[in-house]
Amino acid sequence: MSADWPILSTVIWLPILGGLLVLFSGDKAPGISRWLALAVAVLTFLLSLPLWTGFDATTAAMQFQENHPWIESFKVNYHLGVDGISMPLILLTTFVTILVVIAGWEVIQYKPNQYMAAFLIMEGVMVGVFSALDAMLFYVFWEAMLIPMFIIIGIWGGPNRVYATIKFFLYTFLGSVLMLVALVYMYFQSGSMSILDFHQLKLGMTEQLLIFLAFLAAFAVKVPMWPVHTWLPDAHVEAPTGGSVILAAIMLKIGGYGFLRFSLPITPDASSELDWLIIAMSLIAVVYIGFVALVQQDMKKLIAYSSIAHMGFVTLGFFIAFTIFARPDVNDGVVLGVQGGMVQMVSHGFISAAMFLCVGVLYDRMHSRQIADYGGVVNTMPWFAAFMVFFAMANAGLPGTSGFVGEFMVILASFRADFWFAFLAATTLIIGAAYTLWMVKRVVFGDVRSEKVAALTDINGREALVLGSLAIAVLALGLWPGPLVEVMDASITNLVKHIAVSKL
Amino acid sequence: MGFDISTLLPVMPEIFLLTATCLILVIDLYLSQENRFFTYGLSLLTLAATIAVVLAVGGGPAQTLLHGAYIRDPMGDLLKVALLAVAGFAFLYSRVYLEQREMFRGEFYVLSLLALVGMMVMISAGGFLSLYLGLELLALSLYALVAFDRRSERGAEAAMKYFVLGAIASGMLLYGISMIYGATGMLDFAGVARAVASGETDRMVLLFGVVFVVIGVAFKFGAVPFHMWAPDVYQGAPVVVVAFLGSVPKIAAFAMAMRILVEGLGGLGLGWQGWEGMLIILAVLSMAVGNIVAIAQTNIKRMLAYSTISHVGFILLGILAGNGAGQSAAMFYAITYALTAVGGFGLLTILSRKGVEAENLHDLKGLNDRSPWLAGMMLLILFSMAGVPPLVGFFAKLFILDALVKADLVWLAVVAVAFSVIGAFYYLRVVKVIYFDKPLTQAPIVSGMDARIAISVNGLAMLYYGLFPASLLAACRVALGG
Repeated sequence: MSADWPILSTVIWLPILGGLLVLFSGDKAPGISRWLALAVAVLTFLLSLPLWTGFDATTAAMQFQENHPWIESFKVNYHLGVDGISMPLILLTTFVTILVVIAGWEVIQYKPNQYMAAFLIMEGVMVGVFSALDAMLFYVFWEAMLIPMFIIIGIWGGPNRVYATIKFFLYTFLGSVLMLVALVYMYFQSGSMSILDFHQLKLGMTEQLLIFLAFLAAFAVKVPMWPVHTWLPDAHVEAPTGGSVILAAIMLKIGGYGFLRFSLPITPDASSELDWLIIAMSLIAVVYIGFVALVQQDMKKLIAYSSIAHMGFVTLGFFIAFTIFARPDVNDGVVLGVQGGMVQMVSHGFISAAMFLCVGVLYDRMHSRQIADYGGVVNTMPWFAAFMVFFAMANAGLPGTSGFVGEFMVILASFRADFWFAFLAATTLIIGAAYTLWMVKRVVFGDVRSEKVAALTDINGREALVLGSLAIAVLALGLWPGPLVEVMDASITNLVKHIAVSKL
Repeated sequence: MGFDISTLLPVMPEIFLLTATCLILVIDLYLSQENRFFTYGLSLLTLAATIAVVLAVGGGPAQTLLHGAYIRDPMGDLLKVALLAVAGFAFLYSRVYLEQREMFRGEFYVLSLLALVGMMVMISAGGFLSLYLGLELLALSLYALVAFDRRSERGAEAAMKYFVLGAIASGMLLYGISMIYGATGMLDFAGVARAVASGETDRMVLLFGVVFVVIGVAFKFGAVPFHMWAPDVYQGAPVVVVAFLGSVPKIAAFAMAMRILVEGLGGLGLGWQGWEGMLIILAVLSMAVGNIVAIAQTNIKRMLAYSTISHVGFILLGILAGNGAGQSAAMFYAITYALTAVGGFGLLTILSRKGVEAENLHDLKGLNDRSPWLAGMMLLILFSMAGVPPLVGFFAKLFILDALVKADLVWLAVVAVAFSVIGAFYYLRVVKVIYFDKPLTQAPIVSGMDARIAISVNGLAMLYYGLFPASLLAACRVALGG
C-alpha cells in the first residue's frame, strides 16, 4: 500500500528543516524557539500517524516505498520503506521527541534554540535510520546521529560531560566503521547497495562470519551488550534528561533493529554458528548487569544499567531462534521470541523514557541524582510519587504493564529453546524488581530526609502531561499488546522463514 | 614549415594567467597603499577569468602539443578549475588578515598567482621536463610566501627549512628522472609508458629511478617519512599563506602522481614490481603518524599539518588501488580535501585579530558563544575531515574504501578505517573546545564581508557535496575516462 504523498520523506525532512528553522530563530527569543520546536514535533508526529493507519499488516513487503537514484555511479539510491518491524519504531521516535521537547521547556536556559534544533534533527535522522532500505543511506543516517548527540551531551550535560561524550562518540564510531567495510564488501559482491538485495546475497561461511562480526561490532555497541556497554552509564549520567531519554528510548533500539534488518537475514549461517556468543552476552547482561544495577548510588546510573539488562532480553529473544530450529521436537517459539524482543524494545522505549524523565523531574528541583540525598519524596510530591512507583513497577515487569509482555514472551520462547536459558532470563523478575523497587523505596518512601526534600514542590502541568501520556502508553501496551503484535506479525514470520534457510 | 599560432589554443589558460599576473605585477607598482584593494580585486578577477578560459578551451578528448610536453585532457581541466576555485577561497580569506598586519601588498597575490601558473603547468605536463618546470615555479613561489611576514623569525626559519628540504627533494626527483631517461630514452610520459610496455628496458635502472621519483612525489604530498617540513612550515608561515599552501598544492600533487606514476610508469606491474608496494608503505605510515601525532598537538596549525599528512595517506591509497575507481576516488578526495582544508585555515584567519594569532586550541574556546554561525561552519569542516556523514569527507573516504575492496585490498581498508577512528579524536577535541568550553575573551570577531561569505559558502559546500556527492564524483569519473 502506498500513499499519494511521500510520508517517510516528510517525516524525515520536516523535523530536520524545522530544526534548522529553530536554530536560526536565535537565542534571543527562547519562547519562539520552544513553541516552534513543539509545533514541528507535534506536526511530525501527526504526519507519521498515516504510517500506522494506512499500514497493511497482511504482507511482509516493504510499504510506503520511495526510490530515487542518489549517487548513480555508485548505485546508491534514496530508497525508503517500512515493514512491520520498522514502522512501530518510527512512531515511537516521533512520539518520544514531543515529550523530549516538552520536558526541556523551562529546564534548558542555555541556548534553547540549539538544544531544540539538535533534538529535532536527531528525530529526522533516526526516522531515516529506521526507514532506509539502501545500505549506504542507512549508514549515512546511522552516523549522522552521532553529531547532534555528541553536541547534546557535550553542551547541556553534567560535570564530566566531555569525557562521556567523547567516549560515546568514539565507541560508536569504531563499531560502525567496521560495519562500513562489511557493507562496501557486500556491495562489491552483489553490485547493489539495496538491503533487500543483501538479504538474497549468497555468502560463504568465512565471509558470513567476518561480516557478522563486523555487524556485531556496530550493533553490540549501540544496544549496548556486555562487555561493550561501558559508554552507556557514562553517557546517561552526564547527558541532560532529554538526551538520556532519546538515548535509552530510541538509540538503543537502533542496535536491536540492526540485528533484525542486517545480521539475521544477511548472515543466517554465521548467526546460527555464533548464536551461543550472543545468547551468552545477553544472559550476562540480564543477570550480571542486573546485579551491577543493584549497587548503584546514582539513580541515572541505576536506570542505565537496568536498560542494558532489559536490552539483553531483546537480543536473547532474537537469537534463541537457532537453538529452537536445532530441536526436532519443538516447532514453534521462534516467532514468539522475535516478537517478544520487538515488544520489549517498544515497551522499554516508553518505560526507560519515563524513568529518566522521573529522575529529571527530581534533578531539576534538587540538582542531585544520588539516591542517598532523597527519601520521603512521597510526602511532598504525592502525584510524582504515584507516577514514579507506577513506572518502577513497569520496569520491574509487573503484569498489566508493557514491561511484562515482552519479558514474558521472551521467557516463554526461551523455554522452547533450553530450560536454563529461560531460568537465567527469569531471574530478572527478581533482580529487576529488587533494584527498581529498592531504589523507589529509598527515594520515594520513608521519612522526609532533609529540608531540601521538604521544600520540594509537586509536578506541574507540563510534567504531568509528559508522564501521564507515557503512563497511558505503558498501560495500553501492557493490557492490549494485540495491535502491536499484529502489525509486526507478517514481517516477523517472513523473517523467521528467511533465516531458517541456509545461504551456503 | 610555418608555425600555426592557433595550435597553442589549449595552452590559453596558462598563457592568460601568466600574462594577467605580469600585468598585475606592473599595475601594483603604481598603486598607493590605499588603492591596494585593486590588486586584490584584479587577482580575484583573474582567477575567475582563468576558470572561464579553462572551460572555454577545455572539453573534448585529450590533446597533446609542444612535442608531447603539454597535455590538455578532461582530468587536467577539472583539476585546474578546482585549483583556481580553491585558490579563490584562499584569496578571499586573506584581505583583512593582511591589512591588519600591514602585509597587504601585491606580492602576496602575485606570488600566489605564479604558484598557480606552476601548478597548472604541472597538471598539464606531458613529460618530465615540463612537470619539473612547473614544480620549481610552484616551489620557489611558496618558499617566498612562507617568509612573507618579514618580521617573523619563525616564518624565516620555516622558509629556510622548506627551501633546503625542497631543494633536496627536487634533486632526488631530478636524479630519478635521469635514471628513467637512461633506462627508457624518453622524457615524455607517453614515450616512457611505451618503453616500459615494450619490456626492453633495463628494469634495475628503471626501478632505481622510480624509487627516487616516488620520493619526490611523496615530498610534495608531505607523505611520511618525507613529511618533516610540513608541521614546521604550517606553524611558521602566516595563516593566510598556510590556507593557500595547505590546500591548493595537494591538487597539483595529485596530478603529478597521476602523470608520473599512472600515465608514465603504470605498466610496471602491481605489488613490488612497480610502485604499488612503496605507496602502500607511504600510505600506511602517513595515516599512522599523521593521526597519532596530531593527537599530541595543541597548536591548531600544527595539528592540521599532521591531519593533512593522514589525509594524504588516503589519497595515496586511492592511487595505489590502481583501477579507474581508485583514481577517481583519489581525485574526488584531493579536490574535496583541498576545499575542506582551505576552509579550516580560513576560519583561523577570520579569528585572528590584530596582534593576536588564533593558532592554539584555546583560541577557539567558546566560539559557539561568540559566533554560532562561524562555529557551525567549523563544525561542518571538522566533521568532514573526520569523515562523518552526511559531510563530504565521508564520501571521499567511502569511495577510497570501495576502490580498495575492489582491488582485493580489504586489509588496507580495515587499517584505513581504524586510523580514521583514531583521527576522529582530535577533530572532536576541537569541536569540544568550540562548543563545550567557555570563551576566554569576548573580543568581537573582526572580519570582512568577503571572508564571511567565503567561509559560509565553504562550510555549506561540505554539506552540499555530502548530500549530493553524485555530480562531483561523476565529473571525476568522466575526467578519468571511466
